[in-house]
Amino acid sequence: MRSMKKMANNRVLISGNEAFGEAAILSGCEFYAGYPITPQNELIQYMSRRMLEENKIFIQAESELASINMVFGASLSGVRSMTSSSSPGISLMQEGISYLAGCELPAVIVNVMRGGPGLGNIAPSQADYFQSTRGGGHGDYRTPVLAPSSVAEIFKIMPRAFDIADKYRTPVIVLGDGMLGQMMEPVDKSLFDIEVKEYPKPWALRGCKDREPQLIKSLYLAPEALEELNLRLWGRYQEIGREELSFESNISLEDELVVVAYGSMARIAAGVIRRLKREGLDIGLFRPIMLWPYPHKELGEISKKIKNFLVLEMSSPQMFEDVMLSVCSNNAKVDTLCRMGGVIPTEEEIIDKIKSILK
Amino acid sequence: MKKIIYTRPESLREVHTHYCSGCGHGTIHRLIAELIDELDLREKTIAIAPVGCAVLAYDYWNFDTTEAAHGRPLAVATAIKRVQPDNFVFTYQGDGDLAAIGTNETIHAACRGENLTVVFVNNGVYGMTGGQMAPTTILSQKTTTSTLGRESNIHGHPLPLLEMLKVLDGVCYLERRSLISPQEINKTKDALREAFKNQIEERGFSMVEILSPCPTHAKMTPVDNLKWIKEEIVKTYPLGRVK
Repeated sequence: MRSMKKMANNRVLISGNEAFGEAAILSGCEFYAGYPITPQNELIQYMSRRMLEENKIFIQAESELASINMVFGASLSGVRSMTSSSSPGISLMQEGISYLAGCELPAVIVNVMRGGPGLGNIAPSQADYFQSTRGGGHGDYRTPVLAPSSVAEIFKIMPRAFDIADKYRTPVIVLGDGMLGQMMEPVDKSLFDIEVKEYPKPWALRGCKDREPQLIKSLYLAPEALEELNLRLWGRYQEIGREELSFESNISLEDELVVVAYGSMARIAAGVIRRLKREGLDIGLFRPIMLWPYPHKELGEISKKIKNFLVLEMSSPQMFEDVMLSVCSNNAKVDTLCRMGGVIPTEEEIIDKIKSILK
Repeated sequence: MKKIIYTRPESLREVHTHYCSGCGHGTIHRLIAELIDELDLREKTIAIAPVGCAVLAYDYWNFDTTEAAHGRPLAVATAIKRVQPDNFVFTYQGDGDLAAIGTNETIHAACRGENLTVVFVNNGVYGMTGGQMAPTTILSQKTTTSTLGRESNIHGHPLPLLEMLKVLDGVCYLERRSLISPQEINKTKDALREAFKNQIEERGFSMVEILSPCPTHAKMTPVDNLKWIKEEIVKTYPLGRVK
């Protein structure tokens, strides 16, 4: 089992999967339940050791169904709780995520994505974009989605994920992929100084001493009562869209084209853009960090001035649809380079694509 | 001077029942409420209601309650009890919930020896959805998905869950009781008391199975339904302590 290694200058070398775990603990995660699946195994292994060291609760569950429902039980008890898995396991959790959303319970779910559908493979992929950003399970709900693109950024994303979950009483998806999970990178230890924010949880079930009995449920038999829940959730999602959007925009007016990419794909895009800069080509990069709610307005503004967009995805065109929604009213042209099945696009093929667009 | 010998427990709300005539849930809800009062557990109880007719158990119980997805109460309960070891946590589950869609959660919570109490209501059918065959439906019993009667070569055999759980080291106490007579209801209460006390004394996993009538889907009068349990059902599911 690999583990965090100390380096010079107050840095540590740590894998993405272990970073998800350590950052969760530093963010006040009190409960973790999980089930082994590649390529996120280092995460459950790390938690099995570290959670016990920290006197917190770790359970290796009998399935992902059990993991997510254990998270449900811990969350309704009022503690920060999380689970992690990879694509097929996340599919199994969708029922539980829908119940978490319906019962207005906070939770953090890390998906270290791999190729699919079905058993697919264990190579890095971004194929679960729609599943993550469109609700995934049954019923009218969505989940906020955050996508780090480096091991260091995981230490910024995890506390935000727990804060958003608690503040808006919603499950939050943290979307990584096999490349980010397996990659070891140096991380400055100053990123470990995470302030744990406390959110009051008067709704938690801890026994009815000195108060009336309380109930956690998603069952509303009267349609009007259920619609009231749906509207409450939708109102919260809109608030998240106003208050919590996050993206990185590296764009200047001289840019001939804007690349839109997230997660590991954005790392590769950044390398390509540096290379093209040396050749005299000015390319911008727009990297959504929060994938839902999506920064439609911000991307739309850019498309008033720059008309060429290229969406890079390690999946079928999925985020492509969100980019189209953002820019289509400004007559911008949106191209895609999509590799599936766990194939990682090379810098060369991206450069060829960009040159062919600008020819 | 008058002495009150029978009253509504504090743990039971004063509401009208939504259950059918002759249904066992009302009796079992009351037994639980009586015990929670008697053991002074009301302010530290967290109950997990199942999917099915008894999802509305929270309308009757006057203590903290959560719903859980169908089959998942024991995963939910595991986490609640681990986070709140000083509180009293029990699940209330039907045969479909606990012995079909949630068999995995049941076996593994039992095997881990979670310090929990399970009230297992076995009425032999899926009640709320219209009386379909359950894992516990006995051979030759007619249901809406075994209209000619359950046959082992077509529908498989009835599932004896307690006997299966008996072999697990994490399991502390298993008993099967029924509601077929006032005496038997008292024995059911005694079994539930033992299961509740096991949790308080941190002895591990306890389950009480209660053979319960569903006259609506048995297509019998409430009295005939109890008679049928007493004469037929107990042949497949014998009453008594299993572990």
